[in-house]
Amino acid sequence: MMAFDVKVIIDHLPQILDGFVTTVWCTVWACALGMVLGLIVACGLMSKARIFRYPIRFYVEVIRSTPFLIQLFLLYYGGPSIGIYLDPIQAGIIGLAIYGSAYYAELFRAGFNAIPEGQLEVANIMGFSTTNILWRIQIPQMMVLIVPGLVNTTIILGKETAVLSIVTVPELTFVLTGIGSQTYAYAETLTVLALAYLILAESTSRLGSWAEKRLSKYMER
Amino acid sequence: MLDFSTLPAALPILWSGVKMTLFLSTMAVVLGLIVGTLMCSARLSKNYPLQLFARFYITLFRGVPLLVQLMISYYCLPLIGINIPALVAATGCIGLCAGAYMAEILRGGFQSLPPGQKESALMVGLSNSHILFFIELPQVIKLTIPGLINETILLVKASSLISVVGIAELTRTAQNLAASNFQPFQFYLTAAAIYFVLNSAISVFGFWLEKRSNNRVIV
Repeated sequence: MMAFDVKVIIDHLPQILDGFVTTVWCTVWACALGMVLGLIVACGLMSKARIFRYPIRFYVEVIRSTPFLIQLFLLYYGGPSIGIYLDPIQAGIIGLAIYGSAYYAELFRAGFNAIPEGQLEVANIMGFSTTNILWRIQIPQMMVLIVPGLVNTTIILGKETAVLSIVTVPELTFVLTGIGSQTYAYAETLTVLALAYLILAESTSRLGSWAEKRLSKYMER
Repeated sequence: MLDFSTLPAALPILWSGVKMTLFLSTMAVVLGLIVGTLMCSARLSKNYPLQLFARFYITLFRGVPLLVQLMISYYCLPLIGINIPALVAATGCIGLCAGAYMAEILRGGFQSLPPGQKESALMVGLSNSHILFFIELPQVIKLTIPGLINETILLVKASSLISVVGIAELTRTAQNLAASNFQPFQFYLTAAAIYFVLNSAISVFGFWLEKRSNNRVIV
């Protein structure tokens, strides 16, 4: 049994904070990009043209049923073979955004489907254009409806950033396991690591319930 | 153009990786179901400390990335004097993590059962364990098949992380082959295709199971 030495953590605090910032940075970018891509994919999934719908359905299935690690390896290590050169952070963010897009797309699709058909018919009769219906009627309501799912997916993506350490993105896991193997203080570093992720997940979920409460005020029907 | 000529020679090696992945995932699913059932009963029990423990367990295992959990089991268990092979540690780790997710899935199932069933079962004098194993659990499992199948697919995907602790499952094998042949794209693409086939098979099996059980259960 060994002593739990807090000094290791305090000595490396600046590095750890840098790692924390990188983790948050990657999560935020990946989620933002993932949501935008997911929205496009969701529109494709609901398209009436099979030529769009089938390939996009295949894309979603492939992304959802292959491990993120393999996708990341394919992008980062395999990318150069097909002319894609990315640095680790870029590969990490893009990879995570692509991975997230499939999950976000399914969520958006479910949200769109939950909007009563009648509203769209009425809007159509009132002379709204399809773009207007999408932007002013469907998207605002859908976004409120899916907040709980959105928060869930965002937490999952935030946890998935740990995998980025494998392609040497200097985020929390990378920094702390690095410190661990330099100082052999595995117990300390890994405990801090687990705690940091718990804090991240918990604050995302708090933020989510706050947003849910605020947004659903406008949803009284 | 991409050159796939080294692939046929590597297929037997990849197959051994596939077998390892399947073995790990199966073990993890079984362990996850056992732990999940226990945690779910603890979470739903009226015993407050037990309930608190289950909540803590579920929050902990769902809040920490699996990769970090694997590293903890790999690096920290020996520090507190537990020396088990990496294979056992890794399988146990994803099994315990799956248990937390499955507990929540099962809880959803338990809570959707009409309370009248349990009350009438108690009235006719069935014991608690009888009610759990012969009345509630069979229905809950049937109700939660979609969620459990989803979790199984997630587990197969999660098993790729075990490559980090050096166990030669599919991802690790692909990594080794990619490195020794200098063809990362080809081998990772093949690995991705294999995962896709495996998970599609699980998903089809899930649909079949769901359809079959729907014919028999009356809820």
